[in-house]
Amino acid sequence: MTVLNWEFIAKYLPLYREAAWLTLRLGLIGIALSILIGLICAIVQYDKVPVLRRIVGAYIELSRNTPLLIQLFFIYYGLPKLGIRTDPASCGIAGLAFLGGSYMAEAFRSGLEAVDAVQLESAYSLGMTKWQAMWYVILPQAASISVPAFMANVIFLLKETSVFSAVSLMDLMFTAKDLIGLYSKTTECLFLLVVFYLLILLPVSILGSVLERRLRHAGFGA
Amino acid sequence: MPDLGLEVLWKGKNAARLLGGLWTALRISLISVAISIPLGILLGVLMTRKNRVVRALLRFYLEFIRIMPQMVLLFLAYFGTTRAFGWNLTGETSSIIVFTLWGTAEMSDLVRGALISIPKHQYESSEALGLSKAQTYWYIIIPQTIRRLLPLSINLITRMIKTTSLILMIGVVEMLKVAQQIIEANRTASPNAAFGVYLTVFLLYFIACWPISLLAKHLEQKWR
Repeated sequence: MTVLNWEFIAKYLPLYREAAWLTLRLGLIGIALSILIGLICAIVQYDKVPVLRRIVGAYIELSRNTPLLIQLFFIYYGLPKLGIRTDPASCGIAGLAFLGGSYMAEAFRSGLEAVDAVQLESAYSLGMTKWQAMWYVILPQAASISVPAFMANVIFLLKETSVFSAVSLMDLMFTAKDLIGLYSKTTECLFLLVVFYLLILLPVSILGSVLERRLRHAGFGA
Repeated sequence: MPDLGLEVLWKGKNAARLLGGLWTALRISLISVAISIPLGILLGVLMTRKNRVVRALLRFYLEFIRIMPQMVLLFLAYFGTTRAFGWNLTGETSSIIVFTLWGTAEMSDLVRGALISIPKHQYESSEALGLSKAQTYWYIIIPQTIRRLLPLSINLITRMIKTTSLILMIGVVEMLKVAQQIIEANRTASPNAAFGVYLTVFLLYFIACWPISLLAKHLEQKWR
Protein backbone atom coordinates (compact mmCIF):
# COMPACT_ATOMS: atom_id res chain seq x y z
CA MET A 1 0.00 0.00 0.00
CA THR A 2 1.24 3.40 -0.87
CA VAL A 3 1.01 6.25 1.60
CA LEU A 4 -1.24 9.09 0.47
CA ASN A 5 0.42 12.17 -0.97
CA TRP A 6 -1.29 14.91 1.05
CA GLU A 7 0.23 17.74 -0.96
CA PHE A 8 -1.45 16.43 -4.08
CA ILE A 9 -4.72 16.05 -2.22
CA ALA A 10 -4.59 19.61 -0.90
CA LYS A 11 -3.81 20.93 -4.36
CA TYR A 12 -6.74 19.26 -6.11
CA LEU A 13 -9.27 19.52 -3.30
CA PRO A 14 -10.89 22.65 -4.81
CA LEU A 15 -11.46 20.82 -8.11
CA TYR A 16 -13.34 18.10 -6.29
CA ARG A 17 -15.31 20.65 -4.31
CA GLU A 18 -16.38 22.29 -7.55
CA ALA A 19 -17.37 18.91 -8.95
CA ALA A 20 -19.27 17.90 -5.82
CA TRP A 21 -21.17 21.17 -6.02
CA LEU A 22 -22.16 20.36 -9.62
CA THR A 23 -23.26 16.85 -8.65
CA LEU A 24 -25.31 18.23 -5.79
CA ARG A 25 -26.88 21.05 -7.80
CA LEU A 26 -27.91 18.94 -10.79
CA GLY A 27 -28.94 16.11 -8.49
CA LEU A 28 -31.23 18.33 -6.42
CA ILE A 29 -32.87 19.95 -9.45
CA GLY A 30 -33.36 16.50 -10.98
CA ILE A 31 -34.85 15.15 -7.76
CA ALA A 32 -37.20 18.13 -7.42
CA LEU A 33 -38.48 17.49 -10.95
CA SER A 34 -38.75 13.76 -10.20
CA ILE A 35 -40.96 14.52 -7.21
CA LEU A 36 -43.21 16.69 -9.37
CA ILE A 37 -43.47 14.07 -12.14
CA GLY A 38 -43.88 11.31 -9.57
CA LEU A 39 -46.69 13.09 -7.77
CA ILE A 40 -48.60 13.74 -10.99
CA CYS A 41 -48.15 10.15 -12.18
CA ALA A 42 -49.13 8.70 -8.80
CA ILE A 43 -52.32 10.77 -8.64
CA VAL A 44 -53.21 9.86 -12.24
CA GLN A 45 -52.83 6.19 -11.38
CA TYR A 46 -54.60 6.45 -8.03
CA ASP A 47 -57.50 8.33 -9.55
CA LYS A 48 -57.60 5.93 -12.53
CA VAL A 49 -57.81 8.74 -15.11
CA PRO A 50 -58.87 6.86 -18.29
CA VAL A 51 -56.30 7.37 -21.10
CA LEU A 52 -53.59 9.14 -19.11
CA ARG A 53 -53.34 6.15 -16.85
CA ARG A 54 -52.13 3.92 -19.72
CA ILE A 55 -49.58 6.50 -20.83
CA VAL A 56 -48.26 6.89 -17.30
CA GLY A 57 -48.09 3.10 -16.95
CA ALA A 58 -46.07 2.78 -20.15
CA TYR A 59 -43.74 5.60 -19.07
CA ILE A 60 -43.12 3.96 -15.69
CA GLU A 61 -42.28 0.58 -17.22
CA LEU A 62 -40.05 2.13 -19.85
CA SER A 63 -38.14 4.28 -17.41
CA ARG A 64 -37.76 1.67 -14.68
CA ASN A 65 -36.46 -1.01 -17.00
CA THR A 66 -33.70 0.94 -18.73
CA PRO A 67 -30.42 2.28 -17.30
CA LEU A 68 -29.86 6.01 -16.85
CA LEU A 69 -26.65 5.85 -18.87
CA ILE A 70 -28.54 4.66 -21.95
CA GLN A 71 -31.26 7.27 -21.41
CA LEU A 72 -28.59 9.98 -21.27
CA PHE A 73 -26.84 8.70 -24.39
CA PHE A 74 -30.13 8.69 -26.24
CA ILE A 75 -31.02 12.22 -25.13
CA TYR A 76 -27.54 13.63 -25.64
CA TYR A 77 -26.37 11.91 -28.83
CA GLY A 78 -29.56 10.49 -30.34
CA LEU A 79 -32.14 13.25 -30.08
CA PRO A 80 -30.00 15.99 -31.74
CA LYS A 81 -30.38 13.98 -34.98
CA LEU A 82 -34.06 14.88 -34.83
CA GLY A 83 -33.19 18.48 -34.11
CA ILE A 84 -33.69 18.34 -30.32
CA ARG A 85 -30.45 19.69 -28.91
CA THR A 86 -29.62 19.93 -25.20
CA ASP A 87 -26.61 21.21 -23.33
CA PRO A 88 -24.96 18.69 -20.98
CA ALA A 89 -26.47 20.13 -17.80
CA SER A 90 -30.07 20.09 -19.02
CA CYS A 91 -29.51 16.65 -20.53
CA GLY A 92 -28.35 15.35 -17.15
CA ILE A 93 -31.31 16.92 -15.37
CA ALA A 94 -33.77 15.65 -17.99
CA GLY A 95 -32.35 12.13 -17.75
CA LEU A 96 -32.45 12.12 -13.97
CA ALA A 97 -36.03 13.45 -13.95
CA PHE A 98 -37.09 10.85 -16.55
CA LEU A 99 -35.62 8.06 -14.43
CA GLY A 100 -36.56 9.48 -11.03
CA GLY A 101 -40.15 10.33 -11.97
CA SER A 102 -41.12 6.69 -12.24
CA TYR A 103 -39.35 5.69 -9.02
CA MET A 104 -41.03 8.52 -7.12
CA ALA A 105 -44.39 7.65 -8.72
CA GLU A 106 -44.11 4.08 -7.43
CA ALA A 107 -43.17 5.28 -3.95
CA PHE A 108 -46.10 7.71 -3.77
CA ARG A 109 -48.54 5.26 -5.32
CA SER A 110 -47.76 2.56 -2.76
CA GLY A 111 -48.24 5.20 -0.07
CA LEU A 112 -51.61 6.23 -1.49
CA GLU A 113 -52.76 2.65 -1.82
CA ALA A 114 -51.79 1.90 1.77
CA VAL A 115 -54.27 4.46 3.09
CA ASP A 116 -57.43 2.62 4.10
CA ALA A 117 -60.54 3.16 1.93
CA VAL A 118 -62.46 3.96 5.15
CA GLN A 119 -60.46 7.20 5.42
CA LEU A 120 -61.78 8.45 2.09
CA GLU A 121 -65.34 7.35 2.83
CA SER A 122 -65.29 9.04 6.24
CA ALA A 123 -63.96 12.24 4.70
CA TYR A 124 -66.80 12.21 2.16
CA SER A 125 -69.39 11.53 4.85
CA LEU A 126 -68.08 14.58 6.74
CA GLY A 127 -69.00 16.59 3.66
CA MET A 128 -65.52 17.16 2.30
CA THR A 129 -65.07 17.68 -1.42
CA LYS A 130 -62.83 15.34 -3.38
CA TRP A 131 -59.89 17.76 -3.24
CA GLN A 132 -60.34 18.52 0.45
CA ALA A 133 -60.37 14.80 1.22
CA MET A 134 -57.25 14.33 -0.87
CA TRP A 135 -55.40 17.31 0.58
CA TYR A 136 -56.33 17.05 4.28
CA VAL A 137 -56.87 13.33 4.76
CA ILE A 138 -55.26 11.09 2.14
CA LEU A 139 -52.07 12.92 1.13
CA PRO A 140 -50.66 13.54 4.64
CA GLN A 141 -51.07 9.88 5.56
CA ALA A 142 -49.77 8.65 2.22
CA ALA A 143 -46.76 10.95 2.49
CA SER A 144 -45.85 9.58 5.92
CA ILE A 145 -46.10 6.02 4.67
CA SER A 146 -43.96 6.65 1.61
CA VAL A 147 -41.12 8.44 3.43
CA PRO A 148 -38.78 5.40 3.63
CA ALA A 149 -39.20 4.61 -0.08
CA PHE A 150 -38.87 8.30 -0.88
CA MET A 151 -35.57 8.65 0.99
CA ALA A 152 -34.25 5.48 -0.62
CA ASN A 153 -35.06 7.02 -4.00
CA VAL A 154 -33.28 10.27 -3.13
CA ILE A 155 -30.11 8.34 -2.27
CA PHE A 156 -30.50 6.19 -5.39
CA LEU A 157 -30.86 9.25 -7.63
CA LEU A 158 -27.89 11.04 -6.07
CA LYS A 159 -25.82 7.91 -6.68
CA GLU A 160 -27.05 7.69 -10.26
CA THR A 161 -25.63 11.15 -10.98
CA SER A 162 -22.26 9.39 -11.16
CA VAL A 163 -22.98 8.55 -14.80
CA PHE A 164 -23.21 12.24 -15.72
CA SER A 165 -19.56 12.18 -16.72
CA ALA A 166 -20.62 10.24 -19.83
CA VAL A 167 -22.25 13.36 -21.27
CA SER A 168 -19.15 15.44 -20.49
CA LEU A 169 -20.40 17.00 -17.27
CA MET A 170 -17.52 17.70 -14.92
CA ASP A 171 -18.86 15.85 -11.92
CA LEU A 172 -16.88 13.91 -9.29
CA MET A 173 -16.44 10.86 -11.52
CA PHE A 174 -15.20 12.98 -14.41
CA THR A 175 -12.73 14.84 -12.19
CA ALA A 176 -11.35 11.63 -10.72
CA LYS A 177 -10.95 10.01 -14.13
CA ASP A 178 -9.37 13.11 -15.58
CA LEU A 179 -6.83 13.49 -12.77
CA ILE A 180 -5.96 9.78 -12.85
CA GLY A 181 -5.29 10.15 -16.55
CA LEU A 182 -3.15 13.26 -16.09
CA TYR A 183 -1.06 12.45 -13.02
CA SER A 184 -1.67 8.74 -12.42
CA LYS A 185 -1.97 9.40 -8.68
CA THR A 186 -4.68 6.76 -8.62
CA THR A 187 -4.88 6.17 -4.87
CA GLU A 188 -5.19 9.86 -3.99
CA CYS A 189 -7.77 10.54 -6.70
CA LEU A 190 -9.93 7.61 -5.67
CA PHE A 191 -9.56 8.49 -1.99
CA LEU A 192 -10.90 11.99 -2.67
CA LEU A 193 -13.68 10.53 -4.79
CA VAL A 194 -14.85 8.24 -2.00
CA VAL A 195 -14.58 10.99 0.62
CA PHE A 196 -16.66 13.42 -1.41
CA TYR A 197 -19.36 10.89 -2.22
CA LEU A 198 -19.51 10.02 1.49
CA LEU A 199 -19.82 13.71 2.34
CA ILE A 200 -22.81 14.01 0.02
CA LEU A 201 -24.53 10.69 0.68
CA LEU A 202 -23.88 9.94 4.35
CA PRO A 203 -25.95 12.85 5.73
CA VAL A 204 -28.87 11.90 3.45
CA SER A 205 -28.63 8.29 4.52
CA ILE A 206 -28.55 9.22 8.22
CA LEU A 207 -31.48 11.59 7.78
CA GLY A 208 -33.35 8.73 6.13
CA SER A 209 -32.87 6.35 9.05
CA VAL A 210 -33.76 9.04 11.60
CA LEU A 211 -36.99 9.85 9.75
CA GLU A 212 -37.83 6.19 9.40
CA ARG A 213 -37.37 5.57 13.12
CA ARG A 214 -39.54 8.55 14.04
CA LEU A 215 -42.31 7.45 11.69
CA ARG A 216 -42.23 3.93 13.05
CA HIS A 217 -42.48 5.45 16.49
CA ALA A 218 -45.54 7.44 15.40
CA GLY A 219 -47.15 4.27 14.15
CA PHE A 220 -46.80 4.80 10.40
CA GLY A 221 -45.28 2.05 8.30
CA ALA A 222 -44.39 -1.37 9.62
CA MET B 1 -40.29 10.53 -42.27
CA PRO B 2 -36.82 11.75 -41.36
CA ASP B 3 -33.82 9.46 -41.74
CA LEU B 4 -33.52 7.65 -38.40
CA GLY B 5 -30.27 5.90 -39.21
CA LEU B 6 -31.71 2.46 -38.57
CA GLU B 7 -30.27 0.99 -41.79
CA VAL B 8 -26.78 0.63 -40.28
CA LEU B 9 -28.13 -2.19 -38.13
CA TRP B 10 -28.55 -4.36 -41.23
CA LYS B 11 -25.06 -3.67 -42.54
CA GLY B 12 -22.65 -6.52 -42.09
CA LYS B 13 -22.97 -8.19 -38.72
CA ASN B 14 -23.95 -5.07 -36.82
CA ALA B 15 -27.18 -6.43 -35.36
CA ALA B 16 -25.47 -9.63 -34.26
CA ARG B 17 -22.63 -7.62 -32.70
CA LEU B 18 -25.08 -5.51 -30.70
CA LEU B 19 -26.79 -8.65 -29.42
CA GLY B 20 -23.37 -10.05 -28.57
CA GLY B 21 -22.76 -6.93 -26.49
CA LEU B 22 -26.06 -7.48 -24.73
CA TRP B 23 -25.05 -11.06 -24.03
CA THR B 24 -21.78 -9.87 -22.43
CA ALA B 25 -23.79 -7.64 -20.10
CA LEU B 26 -26.29 -10.40 -19.33
CA ARG B 27 -23.54 -12.96 -18.74
CA ILE B 28 -21.74 -10.71 -16.26
CA SER B 29 -24.92 -9.99 -14.33
CA LEU B 30 -26.06 -13.62 -14.31
CA ILE B 31 -22.68 -14.86 -13.03
CA SER B 32 -22.71 -12.19 -10.33
CA VAL B 33 -26.28 -12.97 -9.31
CA ALA B 34 -25.50 -16.69 -9.16
CA ILE B 35 -22.64 -16.02 -6.72
CA SER B 36 -24.45 -13.26 -4.80
CA ILE B 37 -27.57 -15.21 -3.90
CA PRO B 38 -25.98 -18.00 -1.82
CA LEU B 39 -23.44 -15.59 -0.27
CA GLY B 40 -26.18 -13.07 0.48
CA ILE B 41 -28.35 -15.72 2.14
CA LEU B 42 -25.39 -16.74 4.31
CA LEU B 43 -24.58 -13.17 5.35
CA GLY B 44 -28.25 -12.35 5.86
CA VAL B 45 -28.65 -15.24 8.27
CA LEU B 46 -25.43 -14.19 10.06
CA MET B 47 -26.86 -10.68 10.45
CA THR B 48 -29.79 -11.95 12.48
CA ARG B 49 -27.34 -13.57 14.93
CA LYS B 50 -26.76 -11.97 18.31
CA ASN B 51 -22.97 -11.65 17.97
CA ARG B 52 -22.26 -7.91 18.06
CA VAL B 53 -18.83 -8.01 16.37
CA VAL B 54 -20.11 -10.01 13.40
CA ARG B 55 -23.11 -7.74 13.10
CA ALA B 56 -21.04 -4.55 13.25
CA LEU B 57 -18.62 -5.83 10.60
CA LEU B 58 -21.42 -6.89 8.26
CA ARG B 59 -23.23 -3.62 8.86
CA PHE B 60 -20.12 -1.66 7.86
CA TYR B 61 -19.66 -3.72 4.70
CA LEU B 62 -23.31 -3.37 3.78
CA GLU B 63 -23.49 0.38 4.39
CA PHE B 64 -20.28 1.15 2.53
CA ILE B 65 -21.24 -0.86 -0.54
CA ARG B 66 -24.76 0.52 -0.64
CA ILE B 67 -23.83 4.14 -0.15
CA MET B 68 -21.16 4.25 -2.87
CA PRO B 69 -22.31 4.67 -6.46
CA GLN B 70 -21.59 1.46 -8.36
CA MET B 71 -19.41 3.43 -10.72
CA VAL B 72 -17.14 4.42 -7.84
CA LEU B 73 -16.90 0.77 -6.78
CA LEU B 74 -15.97 -0.20 -10.35
CA PHE B 75 -13.24 2.44 -10.36
CA LEU B 76 -11.97 1.31 -6.96
CA ALA B 77 -11.69 -2.26 -8.20
CA TYR B 78 -10.36 -1.56 -11.67
CA PHE B 79 -7.97 1.33 -10.99
CA GLY B 80 -7.60 1.34 -7.21
CA THR B 81 -6.90 -2.25 -6.22
CA THR B 82 -4.73 -2.92 -9.26
CA ARG B 83 -2.59 0.04 -8.30
CA ALA B 84 -2.51 -0.65 -4.57
CA PHE B 85 -1.89 -4.39 -4.72
CA GLY B 86 -0.09 -4.54 -8.04
CA TRP B 87 -2.24 -7.24 -9.59
CA ASN B 88 -3.88 -7.38 -12.96
CA LEU B 89 -7.63 -7.41 -13.42
CA THR B 90 -9.47 -7.34 -16.70
CA GLY B 91 -12.47 -5.05 -16.89
CA GLU B 92 -14.75 -8.05 -16.98
CA THR B 93 -13.26 -9.65 -13.86
CA SER B 94 -13.41 -6.36 -11.96
CA SER B 95 -17.04 -5.92 -12.88
CA ILE B 96 -17.92 -9.44 -11.78
CA ILE B 97 -16.13 -8.81 -8.47
CA VAL B 98 -17.90 -5.50 -7.93
CA PHE B 99 -21.33 -6.79 -8.91
CA THR B 100 -20.88 -9.81 -6.68
CA LEU B 101 -19.87 -7.68 -3.69
CA TRP B 102 -22.78 -5.33 -4.35
CA GLY B 103 -25.27 -8.12 -5.03
CA THR B 104 -24.22 -9.95 -1.88
CA ALA B 105 -24.74 -6.81 0.19
CA GLU B 106 -28.18 -6.15 -1.30
CA MET B 107 -29.21 -9.79 -1.06
CA SER B 108 -28.10 -10.12 2.56
CA ASP B 109 -30.19 -7.10 3.47
CA LEU B 110 -33.22 -8.61 1.72
CA VAL B 111 -32.70 -11.90 3.55
CA ARG B 112 -32.32 -10.13 6.87
CA GLY B 113 -35.49 -8.13 6.23
CA ALA B 114 -37.44 -11.24 5.26
CA LEU B 115 -36.21 -13.17 8.30
CA ILE B 116 -37.03 -10.49 10.86
CA SER B 117 -40.43 -9.88 9.24
CA ILE B 118 -41.53 -13.36 10.31
CA PRO B 119 -43.42 -12.82 13.57
CA LYS B 120 -42.13 -14.49 16.69
CA HIS B 121 -45.39 -16.36 17.25
CA GLN B 122 -44.63 -18.49 14.21
CA TYR B 123 -41.62 -19.94 16.05
CA GLU B 124 -43.52 -20.24 19.30
CA SER B 125 -46.56 -21.89 17.73
CA SER B 126 -44.43 -24.49 16.00
CA GLU B 127 -42.67 -25.20 19.25
CA ALA B 128 -46.03 -25.56 20.96
CA LEU B 129 -47.06 -28.02 18.26
CA GLY B 130 -44.00 -30.10 19.11
CA LEU B 131 -41.97 -29.44 15.96
CA SER B 132 -38.22 -29.78 16.26
CA LYS B 133 -35.92 -26.85 15.41
CA ALA B 134 -35.12 -28.33 11.98
CA GLN B 135 -38.78 -29.02 11.27
CA THR B 136 -39.72 -25.47 12.27
CA TYR B 137 -37.26 -24.03 9.78
CA TRP B 138 -38.06 -26.49 7.00
CA TYR B 139 -41.86 -26.41 7.17
CA ILE B 140 -42.66 -23.02 8.68
CA ILE B 141 -39.92 -20.41 8.38
CA ILE B 142 -38.18 -21.14 5.08
CA PRO B 143 -41.35 -21.37 2.94
CA GLN B 144 -42.57 -18.02 4.27
CA THR B 145 -39.17 -16.41 3.83
CA ILE B 146 -38.91 -17.59 0.23
CA ARG B 147 -42.29 -16.12 -0.61
CA ARG B 148 -41.17 -12.73 0.62
CA LEU B 149 -37.70 -13.04 -0.85
CA LEU B 150 -38.21 -14.37 -4.36
CA PRO B 151 -39.86 -11.30 -5.96
CA LEU B 152 -37.23 -9.03 -4.42
CA SER B 153 -34.31 -11.17 -5.57
CA ILE B 154 -35.73 -11.33 -9.09
CA ASN B 155 -35.84 -7.54 -9.03
CA LEU B 156 -32.19 -7.56 -8.02
CA ILE B 157 -31.42 -9.29 -11.34
CA THR B 158 -32.98 -6.45 -13.35
CA ARG B 159 -31.13 -3.89 -11.26
CA MET B 160 -27.92 -5.72 -11.98
CA ILE B 161 -28.58 -5.91 -15.72
CA LYS B 162 -29.26 -2.17 -15.76
CA THR B 163 -26.08 -1.46 -13.82
CA THR B 164 -23.97 -3.44 -16.31
CA SER B 165 -24.35 -0.47 -18.65
CA LEU B 166 -21.67 1.20 -16.50
CA ILE B 167 -18.93 -1.30 -17.32
CA LEU B 168 -18.33 0.57 -20.56
CA MET B 169 -16.50 3.06 -18.35
CA ILE B 170 -13.85 0.52 -17.33
CA GLY B 171 -13.26 -0.64 -20.87
CA VAL B 172 -15.47 -3.71 -21.19
CA VAL B 173 -16.88 -4.04 -24.70
CA GLU B 174 -20.59 -4.41 -24.04
CA MET B 175 -23.64 -3.26 -25.96
CA LEU B 176 -23.11 0.48 -25.54
CA LYS B 177 -19.48 0.25 -26.63
CA VAL B 178 -20.46 -1.77 -29.70
CA ALA B 179 -23.10 0.86 -30.44
CA GLN B 180 -20.46 3.60 -30.28
CA GLN B 181 -18.20 1.62 -32.63
CA ILE B 182 -21.02 1.10 -35.12
CA ILE B 183 -21.95 4.79 -35.06
CA GLU B 184 -18.33 5.85 -35.40
CA ALA B 185 -17.70 3.50 -38.34
CA ASN B 186 -20.74 4.79 -40.23
CA ARG B 187 -20.27 8.46 -39.43
CA THR B 188 -20.19 9.60 -43.07
CA ALA B 189 -22.51 6.99 -44.63
CA SER B 190 -25.35 7.46 -42.16
CA PRO B 191 -24.85 10.54 -40.01
CA ASN B 192 -28.12 9.91 -38.18
CA ALA B 193 -27.05 6.48 -36.94
CA ALA B 194 -26.71 7.79 -33.36
CA PHE B 195 -30.48 8.10 -33.10
CA GLY B 196 -31.40 4.68 -34.42
CA VAL B 197 -28.61 2.76 -32.74
CA TYR B 198 -29.04 4.31 -29.30
CA LEU B 199 -32.79 3.83 -29.58
CA THR B 200 -32.16 0.16 -30.36
CA VAL B 201 -29.85 -0.18 -27.35
CA PHE B 202 -32.48 1.49 -25.18
CA LEU B 203 -35.18 -0.90 -26.39
CA LEU B 204 -32.92 -3.95 -26.06
CA TYR B 205 -32.25 -3.12 -22.42
CA PHE B 206 -36.00 -2.71 -21.96
CA ILE B 207 -36.71 -6.07 -23.64
CA ALA B 208 -34.12 -7.73 -21.39
CA CYS B 209 -35.43 -6.27 -18.13
CA TRP B 210 -39.17 -5.90 -18.61
CA PRO B 211 -40.18 -9.59 -18.57
CA ILE B 212 -38.11 -10.11 -15.41
CA SER B 213 -39.80 -7.16 -13.67
CA LEU B 214 -43.21 -8.43 -14.74
CA LEU B 215 -42.42 -11.84 -13.28
CA ALA B 216 -41.35 -10.24 -10.00
CA LYS B 217 -44.50 -8.13 -9.87
CA HIS B 218 -46.68 -11.14 -10.67
CA LEU B 219 -45.10 -13.25 -7.90
CA GLU B 220 -45.38 -10.38 -5.44
CA GLN B 221 -49.12 -10.04 -6.07
CA LYS B 222 -49.74 -13.77 -6.08
CA TRP B 223 -47.99 -14.36 -2.77
CA ARG B 224 -49.07 -11.27 -0.95
